[in-house]
Amino acid sequence: MSFFIETLVGGLLAGVMYSLVAIGFVLVFKASGVFNFAQGSMVLCAALTFVTLHDKGIDFWLAALITLAVMVLIAIAVERVVLRPLVNRPQITLFMATLGVSFVIEGLAQIVMGASVHELDLGIVDTPIEIGGVQVSQFDLVAAGTAGILVVALSIFFNKTRVGIALRAIADDPQAALSIGIRLQTLWQVVWGVAGFVSLVAGLLWGARQGVQFALTLVVLKALPVLIIGGFTSITGAIVGGLIVGAGDSLAEIYLGSLLGGSVSTWFSYVLAVAFLLVRPAGLFGEAPIERI
Amino acid sequence: MSAIGTETIEGFGPSGETAQNTRDRLRAGSVGVLLAALASIPLVANDYWLNAVLIPFLIMSLTALGLNLLMGYAGQASLGSGGFMSVGAYATYNLLLRLPELPLPVSLLLGGIISGLVGIIAGLPSLRIKGFYLVASTLATQFLLEWLFNQYGWFSNYSTSSSISAPRLAFLGHDLSSPTGRYLLTLATVVVVTAVAARLVRSQTGRTWMAIRDMDTAASVIGIPVSAGKLKAFFVSSLVIGIAGALWAFAYLGTVDARSFNLDRSFQVMFAIIIGGMGSIRGNFLGAAFMIFLPILLDHLGSGVFGGTVDPGQLENFQKALFGALIVWFLIKEPRGLAALLSRAWTQLVSRINR
Repeated sequence: MSFFIETLVGGLLAGVMYSLVAIGFVLVFKASGVFNFAQGSMVLCAALTFVTLHDKGIDFWLAALITLAVMVLIAIAVERVVLRPLVNRPQITLFMATLGVSFVIEGLAQIVMGASVHELDLGIVDTPIEIGGVQVSQFDLVAAGTAGILVVALSIFFNKTRVGIALRAIADDPQAALSIGIRLQTLWQVVWGVAGFVSLVAGLLWGARQGVQFALTLVVLKALPVLIIGGFTSITGAIVGGLIVGAGDSLAEIYLGSLLGGSVSTWFSYVLAVAFLLVRPAGLFGEAPIERI
Repeated sequence: MSAIGTETIEGFGPSGETAQNTRDRLRAGSVGVLLAALASIPLVANDYWLNAVLIPFLIMSLTALGLNLLMGYAGQASLGSGGFMSVGAYATYNLLLRLPELPLPVSLLLGGIISGLVGIIAGLPSLRIKGFYLVASTLATQFLLEWLFNQYGWFSNYSTSSSISAPRLAFLGHDLSSPTGRYLLTLATVVVVTAVAARLVRSQTGRTWMAIRDMDTAASVIGIPVSAGKLKAFFVSSLVIGIAGALWAFAYLGTVDARSFNLDRSFQVMFAIIIGGMGSIRGNFLGAAFMIFLPILLDHLGSGVFGGTVDPGQLENFQKALFGALIVWFLIKEPRGLAALLSRAWTQLVSRINR
């Protein structure tokens, strides 16, 4: 039994790491209806920039600040060059455009900063500690704490600040928002910038966990089922979805993997997500669209 | 997605019946000339062109056609193309291996049908969900199939290495293993499937698909069988993609390898139809040409201009960035794809000649 609980807790905490990436998705989707596949390459780009600066001996906070500036610049460039000309196009076109953007970011980031694997040490001790008879990774606890702080900060930002309220207006009805004088394009830059910030946080934690390398872009594929389960438009959903996917993945790997011969985690979360979709077609916390003829 | 696929109603234009007949005859004539040219290519092209350029181009066109039927005509976006290609490839491989008395075209078709049946199962969620949720659910198919073929040895006849070499290709006593033979096999398949698909999208089935694409709620209200239409689209699309997958394995690579049908392949196919033009038969060929020729061109340009002076890894990164940028540029420049670009250029040319 204690083995089961340990697997479950480990999975839940790993799931929070997926949520971190999923939150970036949700932000962009809510505000601009863009399914941003470039989120993974933004995570890579942020981690790579940070680690390159940090390796040069630049202080942690300064390096983080410069990285954030780079991410904001990318956000502005993406809005200017890609999103603005593609306004009012079908969503699938925008999705494909973000795929193109992800190629560009990945290519350029590796040209400038190299493709070798970098170690990233955030100074978090990764020794398991025992809580109530269950071994828990300390690193995972820090990651979960960070995700918690991020969610609280983002919900304050969305519910209490002017910019946040304007963003919710855009998410609700872009045309109505425009007609009352909300500047759509500036706010898109803001939201992509915030998504850049989230990718920085995710990039640091993921980078510290598995090294800063190209494989970081693959976390996108882990984040997708999280999004489906939670719904594309809900930050709470991203967290809950992450927990479900994390727990499901690690339990399936132990109990189902032994039956089927291993490595079920490549698809299990997707099948789980489809099962959820069949019950709730817009995810657990997503808004079901109302169709009019 | 409402304004695409309008070329199908061309016949109802003001041009009148005789003009329509002339145009039909013209079109048939030009298709004939094109086919003759394509069939005689092996006389002039060398093996490199056939192997590395023309065969993958034709197969990619066929795959794009399959996805276009589903996505461009029936409006159901899918990222499972790589998975369906692998089903077609493994099914055909096993048919050739276990039932060697079947002629090659029958094995190909049966492989396609098996892929189509898998497509119906994969399409079941589309009855309940739509949009990006559906895209994500097709990813489940993609990953599950990739895992299945890697995990269970039966599909690859318990081969010890992860890739297995294809059985010999022959039809009516003719050996099709030479580049020319494989090219002609591919060409013949592509021509037949394209002809059938072009008829299909102009039939009742095609109109049902377009009604579903344009607005499935409205379609169901006026009595169009939406569920059956969606599943039919998944079946036909996966069938075509499955045949393309079998060709990709046997006529192009010469091996059956699950890794060549991964998610990147699915993305490549989706790019091909978006760049070529959704809801257009011609667009598949244009999009496939873009996706196959451009990387080769960039490769040659890169090694020609910077050959030796730049680290190959850097060159690869640069090509990746440039490719991404070109895709974005194309999406911005022409939302309805190369097919629309071409027909606009053609109209302009004609009106200039007539003046």
